[in-house]
Amino acid sequence: MIIPIVRTALMALRRDRPALAMSFILPIGFFSIFAVIFGGQHNSTAKIKVILVDQDRSRASLELAKGLEREDSLVISTRPSFKDKGAAPDYTAAAAEAAVKAGDAPVALIIPAGFGQSPISFGGAQTGPAIQLLSDASDMIAPQMVGGLLQKAAMTAMPAAMAEQGMKYTDQYVGGLTPEQRKIMSGNLEQLRQIESRLDAQADGTAPAHSAQGSADSGGLVAVKVRSVVGENKNGNMISFYAAGIGVMFLLFTASNSAGALLEEAESGTLDRVLSSRVTMTTLLAGKLAFNTMLAFAQLAVMFLWAQAFFKLDLFTHIPGFVIMALCTAFAVAAFGMVLASICHTRAQLGALSTLVILMMSAIGGSMFPRFLMPPAMLKAGLFTINAWAIDGFTKVFWRDLPVSELWPQVGVLLAVGIALFLIARRIARRWEYA
Amino acid sequence: MNDALIPAGSAQSPAIELQPQPLEPVPLEVASLVKRFGQVTAVDGISLALSSGECLGLLGPNGAGKSTLIRCIVGRALADAGRITVFGFAVGTSEAREALGWVPQELALYPRLTCGENLAAFGRYHGLSGSKLAQSVTWCLEWAALGDRAGDLVKNLSGGMKRRLNMAAGIIHRPRVVLLDEPTVGVDPQSRNRIFEMIEALRAEGTAIIYTTHYMEEAERLCDRVAIIDHGRIVAQGTNRELIQNSFASRSQVLARFAGPSDEIAAWVERHNGRLVDGAAQFTIEQSTQIAGLLDDAAKAGLELVDVSLRRPNLESVFLHLTGRELRD
Repeated sequence: MIIPIVRTALMALRRDRPALAMSFILPIGFFSIFAVIFGGQHNSTAKIKVILVDQDRSRASLELAKGLEREDSLVISTRPSFKDKGAAPDYTAAAAEAAVKAGDAPVALIIPAGFGQSPISFGGAQTGPAIQLLSDASDMIAPQMVGGLLQKAAMTAMPAAMAEQGMKYTDQYVGGLTPEQRKIMSGNLEQLRQIESRLDAQADGTAPAHSAQGSADSGGLVAVKVRSVVGENKNGNMISFYAAGIGVMFLLFTASNSAGALLEEAESGTLDRVLSSRVTMTTLLAGKLAFNTMLAFAQLAVMFLWAQAFFKLDLFTHIPGFVIMALCTAFAVAAFGMVLASICHTRAQLGALSTLVILMMSAIGGSMFPRFLMPPAMLKAGLFTINAWAIDGFTKVFWRDLPVSELWPQVGVLLAVGIALFLIARRIARRWEYA
Repeated sequence: MNDALIPAGSAQSPAIELQPQPLEPVPLEVASLVKRFGQVTAVDGISLALSSGECLGLLGPNGAGKSTLIRCIVGRALADAGRITVFGFAVGTSEAREALGWVPQELALYPRLTCGENLAAFGRYHGLSGSKLAQSVTWCLEWAALGDRAGDLVKNLSGGMKRRLNMAAGIIHRPRVVLLDEPTVGVDPQSRNRIFEMIEALRAEGTAIIYTTHYMEEAERLCDRVAIIDHGRIVAQGTNRELIQNSFASRSQVLARFAGPSDEIAAWVERHNGRLVDGAAQFTIEQSTQIAGLLDDAAKAGLELVDVSLRRPNLESVFLHLTGRELRD
């Protein structure tokens, strides 16, 4: 009797195409997205944009800059890219800091004046000024990668500095290879080993060089002082990111579910009755859009209030930015739900399609993991999702503390997307207007 | 000249007294209506007119085209040909929409709202507000005998109550023409009687009503006139009496039940130009004296008579006579 039961279930599944699609397309789609992001199936590894400010202009600093430029995983920028290259001035330290704050790059390196006099040091014996590494705390990976590659560049790109420093050390600690000098050198080597052991112990038990307060990384050849310029005073480190990311994803689900009421009304005949009154299809859809927008806004407000109450998100000092972003996001999301509902013929279809599309959008758009982890192609694909624009806007408000006027790209795109989606939904809804 | 000497009816008479009073537009007029769905013609050239206070029954089996005709009238289906006017206004205009009330066959209600909230919602969709809306909701609840159920959720109502609320939602804006599409489907006899009373109350107020049904008894009880519809066409139209008279004149019907092999019974009935309806042999006779001959012949054929009755033809007989099919095929 097992075979007839299997057979019946198989027949039912074959006829339930949305369920069939869910069974195969969704896992394949998700697998592909994760494989592209984390599996190295792409040729273009995510490159880190680094702003470089060379205040020293010495031979050593120029060699270090060249060494960094040779690194495949870094994109070194010395001047703003949106201006004409010939006429654009190089970044200053202040401009570089502002660019990191604005999210133009996750990291900036400032080689200070006087660096070339004593570019490297062994064992933490720092003698010259340290390179400043300015970072955006929302990206926890980029500063560490850049810090490591900076040390690599120092090893490979500054042979003269290395030799010179070696000579200095020879003169300072050895002074010639007499038995007495050997004894002295052995003593110093022992001292170096002790320093190494101490640094290893520190590395095992303490936070990495990158921290919100900033630190002097004395463990490498080049002295680096790391400083977070964005998010250093934030209470809830990535709370705003997760509130926006998760919020938008669930907003999309709620909006599609709420818009699904239209399908129920069509099925029960209520839609026909409503359309036989003074209410036109455009009025009806506009009313539904307004309701779903209010619902989505209320959801976002509750989520951010919760984050304020329990995760110390600073909502009340960002009210204007929050209201603007929440309204635009809610509008776009509501219109998106209406398109999904108008495409589908039954609730079951809507459930399957919305799960498929929303989870995909959320994965690509940054609701599930930060977009800075994604390769360039995926980053571009993310721009076709509501999630990415909404998260970028909320990040500007809560993370970068940017003024409301800086939200215009996100506001513009979300409103335009909302209007376009509403017009599409209206067009598709013609099938309900007349038989 | 003395005006008093002018004879009545002369050219000098005041003109205003000679002008005819303007005629009230017909509440509903349908002319040569055609509606197709692909290759299927659901409504095939139907014409009808409805007067104030009149109840016109559309009688026909499922799939005859009744609901499609109603949907065309209410503007929910676009006709391929023909014309529909409501008090002279084309269907789809705001005047026509306001004059029409539609009670669809489905329970077109919001299940998670209460009775009062449902009525208020549909009232607002028709432009009612404030005290006018409140009055209309109260009136409709009383009309549907749901006054004590105003605060109950629709999903908690009985089937009959839902049907009555469904009707009330269709007339919340107090239309002058009401289209009732099989409003008694699936209700018990008690609720059905209540619905009949509601319809009779509407008609008494002068509301013009179209009532679709495939129940002959409902059409006989409620309707002033009946249009028999089959395959999208009106095959006969008139009062109950006219329809029967036109189809049967003074003839009567004999219904006889026999025991025995069903194929033999069927063959015998066919030989005598009768029909088998629900297991009973049905014959149309000119005179009651023909009954004895029929029964005598049945006995000779070896059929055992169980019971026999004589009746005047009804609308179901008319439908069977005109279409060769039963109403509830």
